[in-house]
Amino acid sequence: MAVDRINAVFDAARRDDRAAFVGYLMAGDPSFDASLAAIRALADAGADVIEIGAPFTDPMADGPSIQQAALRSLKARTTLSATLELARRFRESHPTTPVVLMGYANPVHSMGWATFAERASAAGVDGVIMVDLPPEEDAPLREALAPYGLAVIRLATPTTDAERMAVIADGASGFIYYVSVAGVTGAGIGADTDIASGVNLARRASGLPVVVGFGVRTPDQAERFARIADGVVVGSALVELAGKIRPEIEVSTEVKPMSVLAKTLSIAISQARN
Amino acid sequence: MPSPNSWSHWPDSEGRFGTFGGRYVAETLMPLVLGLEREYDSARRDPAFQAEFDDLLANYVGRPSPLYFAERLTEHFGGAKIYFKRDELNHTGAHKINNCIGQVLLARRMGKTRIIAETGAGQHGVATATVCARFGLPCVVFMGETDVERQKPNVFRMRLLGAQIIPVSSGTGTLKDAMNEALRDWVTNVATTFYVIGTAAGPHPYPRLVRDFQSVIGREARAQILEREGRLPDVVMACIGGGSNAIGLFHPFLDDEDVRLIGVEAAGHGVETGQHAAALNGGRPGVLHGNRTYLLQDEDGQIMDAHSISAGLDYPGIGPEHAFLMESGRARYVSATDQEALDAFQLCTRLEGIIPALEPAHALARVGETARELGRGGLIILNLCGRGDKDIFSVAGHLGLEIG
Repeated sequence: MAVDRINAVFDAARRDDRAAFVGYLMAGDPSFDASLAAIRALADAGADVIEIGAPFTDPMADGPSIQQAALRSLKARTTLSATLELARRFRESHPTTPVVLMGYANPVHSMGWATFAERASAAGVDGVIMVDLPPEEDAPLREALAPYGLAVIRLATPTTDAERMAVIADGASGFIYYVSVAGVTGAGIGADTDIASGVNLARRASGLPVVVGFGVRTPDQAERFARIADGVVVGSALVELAGKIRPEIEVSTEVKPMSVLAKTLSIAISQARN
Repeated sequence: MPSPNSWSHWPDSEGRFGTFGGRYVAETLMPLVLGLEREYDSARRDPAFQAEFDDLLANYVGRPSPLYFAERLTEHFGGAKIYFKRDELNHTGAHKINNCIGQVLLARRMGKTRIIAETGAGQHGVATATVCARFGLPCVVFMGETDVERQKPNVFRMRLLGAQIIPVSSGTGTLKDAMNEALRDWVTNVATTFYVIGTAAGPHPYPRLVRDFQSVIGREARAQILEREGRLPDVVMACIGGGSNAIGLFHPFLDDEDVRLIGVEAAGHGVETGQHAAALNGGRPGVLHGNRTYLLQDEDGQIMDAHSISAGLDYPGIGPEHAFLMESGRARYVSATDQEALDAFQLCTRLEGIIPALEPAHALARVGETARELGRGGLIILNLCGRGDKDIFSVAGHLGLEIG
């Protein structure tokens, strides 16, 4: 079961008393081959979970960095099929690193929930985050993914109260993605104490690991959240560097700045509780 | 406020009209969207809320708007009698203000202190800025960069009214991008801010509450035609962008099975060219901006840019209730091209002395054939939902003339 790959990572992190590092990159940004090299480098730099962004023309929950990444990716003609192919190629080289697909509902709706589930499973994807599918709307996706054991990862936010958290927890699997601030991706971060209480609420309600994301840019911030949460997501800061890769130049050199940041983040996160 | 009829139980408790509608928003917004639904349920049962809404519609907007017999246009086509529902005579020159008043009253009721809105042609932005000025609320309007350029008079109006205009350069710089940016603002300022959506789309309960606030159009028209003609019309017609004027006119007639409902979408350069804004005629179901509805999209589910001569119809989606009415067969949706709308714009201006907005000019473009098909003795009501003053610059451009 795909969700087992996710569970194994968080179990191992818990045993080591450290948080997991979740790294996000946009599929096909700036090209298919460059993004494949980038996600492989991200995993090799220490990311415990890889989130692959599926581009969408209208990314309502994203800030400028990920909006621009999506536009670059679409310009390179990245389809949902290409995103799944990217996951499959990564899975060939990295059999144990969990892969989570993050995106918006329409491309998946367009492919068809059942077709998507079958193809995502075949590609070795372990979980799915759909930003605009709240619990009220994600039943078709959950039902389609269930036979393949893919996790439906739900989001919780600073606007989530205890009553709402129960709704989010009911049917969630893999982990809970706690959005650190009411805002778009890359926007900035909230106060540690508020985040800690949100994370604890989510953990108690769901019994799942809770990762914190949106707005985490620097090793310092990552380290702070690694003390609070079971995992830390970094997206925009990595995406900005990956987007500068010049596909026509030797990719192993071009991914270096992203790779260096990922290594620094990985060390900051894994040593935060020492 | 709602028009109670056998179609009023839509949307269901999940916010759906059949398989359309719903609440496809980021989790940050869910508590707000659910809270708005509760607040609206209580407001529409509150006589004081209703009374304040009715008073503002009567004395601020100038309702009821007249039902006008377009005698010369009727003669010109030689068929059914054509009546105009004159919502272009409302304060601010379009039907948009009906909804803005309702939503701003709701915002006040919820204790929100800041209003945001998106706008395409600027009519909804002007109406929102107007109502915000009236209630002393700060107002931020998101408008695509392209639209800021082609709708300068409305941009200036909004600034005069004290609104802050934020030009949106992301995407194609039109209405859908303005809506994306408004949603991003809302998610960031969720505690203080009320998002006044301009059309009968977005997450539940917006399609419903916009319909309810706009259905004053149809209720008035129905009573007025009964008084004037002693019977119901054979056809009611309206243009469709997101569909708020159309749903407002249609809804009170839904139970009148002999009344045919015709919505006219913007065919741009022609539905077959791919450059159009006809979501129902040229799109397929998908999920965008909070609802499941018909959308212009490519085979991979990426949203396509709409095209229309009318900035107000230049949107790749459609209100979910229209998708439902189409699939159920209760309403029929046709389209008119840019050129047909331009011709109808000029015809109406010359024959009736009424300069229509380019949006209702699309409905006017289909009214002739409908009138001839019904023949003399037939009755049509067409929603003249906006006046054309805002469009004279772009019309002059299309006619190859220069003004100002």
